[in-house]
Amino acid sequence: MTRPAPTSDDASAPFFEGAARGALMLQQCRKCSRYFFPVQEVCTNCLEADLEWAEASGDASLHTFGVMHYLYHPGFAQELPYNVAIVELAEGPRMSARVDADNDSLEVGMALKAAFEQVEDIAVPVFQPA
Amino acid sequence: MTWSTSFNPSGGAAIVGLGMTEMTREYKYSANGLAALAIRDAIADAGLTKDDVDGLLVNHGVMGSLRPDLQKTVGIENLRLQTLMNGQGSTAGQMVQYASLAVQSGLANVVVCVFADDPLRGGGAGAAYGGAGRTTSGMASLNQYYGHFGANTGYALAARRHMALYGTTQDQLGAVAVSTRKWAQLNPIAMQRGDMTLEDYHGSRWIVEPFHLLDCTLVSNGAVAVVVTSRERAQELKQPPAYIVGMGQGHPGNPRHAGAEYEVNTGAVQAGETAYEMAGVGPKDIGVRELYDCYTYTTVVTLEDYGFVPKGEGGPFVEDGKLGPGGSHPTNTGGGELSGYYMWGMTPLSEAVIQTRGQGGERQVEDNDHVLVSTQGGILDMHASLILSADPTAGTGGHA
Repeated sequence: MTRPAPTSDDASAPFFEGAARGALMLQQCRKCSRYFFPVQEVCTNCLEADLEWAEASGDASLHTFGVMHYLYHPGFAQELPYNVAIVELAEGPRMSARVDADNDSLEVGMALKAAFEQVEDIAVPVFQPA
Repeated sequence: MTWSTSFNPSGGAAIVGLGMTEMTREYKYSANGLAALAIRDAIADAGLTKDDVDGLLVNHGVMGSLRPDLQKTVGIENLRLQTLMNGQGSTAGQMVQYASLAVQSGLANVVVCVFADDPLRGGGAGAAYGGAGRTTSGMASLNQYYGHFGANTGYALAARRHMALYGTTQDQLGAVAVSTRKWAQLNPIAMQRGDMTLEDYHGSRWIVEPFHLLDCTLVSNGAVAVVVTSRERAQELKQPPAYIVGMGQGHPGNPRHAGAEYEVNTGAVQAGETAYEMAGVGPKDIGVRELYDCYTYTTVVTLEDYGFVPKGEGGPFVEDGKLGPGGSHPTNTGGGELSGYYMWGMTPLSEAVIQTRGQGGERQVEDNDHVLVSTQGGILDMHASLILSADPTAGTGGHA
């Protein structure tokens, strides 16, 4: 058993389609330019419902992280201990993520770059030391 | 002034009844049944009957087991105030605040606030709190893929941020676990009363680094209820009133976006400042701290945010054991959530009522003129504060 593969839905389809071609896609407000993760319907800043998908740089930094030792889901049995990170994208949003590096090498603030891995039939961003 | 000049609620209402069920790891009653038992005991503790109750505020826990019509479970008819509230772990503080305002305005006279939960049904607490069994899709399913499960993870990541920014150490988190356990050993109803050393702490298994098992609360089944009424009515009742002299809330609305540091600067700052101002006191006047301590880190950051120590210095502050029995800053005197019982915000609130009344037995803190209650929900997302006092002249509401 492996990690539970994410599933795309209508709202997130542009994100996963972007991941499949190696692009980290975020929503951006056409009016005030703020970027969002996860999906929004209305801009949290100017409250306009006018968001478009834009490709992010993939540049990020490690906001914080933990190393998981507790088995919440059987799909992680072979991976304990694994890291759980919050990365801060250069465009502003923070997202949960996995850092593709030794747990012992992780440091808050370290520079990261988005990469993509294939899990079953869907592509998912992971982050590597930049 | 952060509240109305024509109506200052400080000291105008009091907590007059406290009811607590047995706290268990076994499933004995449903949350509904537990709530009924706590309500019964709270009313009796106040010297009231259920016919006196005309307000009921209800807060369910992680299982979502209670309904707004809980009144039917205890056979109370014709309520004048009733609702189901959910500010997660901050709800206990919030319920008491709204009850205080209601009884002072005449919307109701005697308001019961109750929390009950039954997360332990034969599986581990992880089943209820982890969320791994939930089917998600879209963006939310990414979190499952990354293995970002449960409150443990959210708080561990917040703690790591604090450690990275301020140099807070594992020993300092451990010092909180140890001092809180020492209080639990003086509380007959605390669930974990065995000896704990810093070595024991470091030796307990990792859950999610930087948290060991002993950084985390032990989930319990149970219920707690309190009764709130006006200061005038309170003075005629059975128990010494715990006057509500300070109240405040702070809900940062963490955008999880660059620039936000709410993992290390919580809503307790605003909630605390509001409550201090209303009570006419400051951190130096607080003799007893009852802080929501679902994790050791929560105690550290909350002490900073209430101004007991400057931001970032919470780690060194707790390291010498000053939070424990005989220390200069008694904190979580019933064993808190870490070693006592996990009833969300009712854990700090219940012990605060006991300390304010002077009924803490061998763990009673002498300087109990002002008891601070911090209730907190989400991943440090919601915050509600109370300052309680047994002194009828305390507060700024001009009631004395």
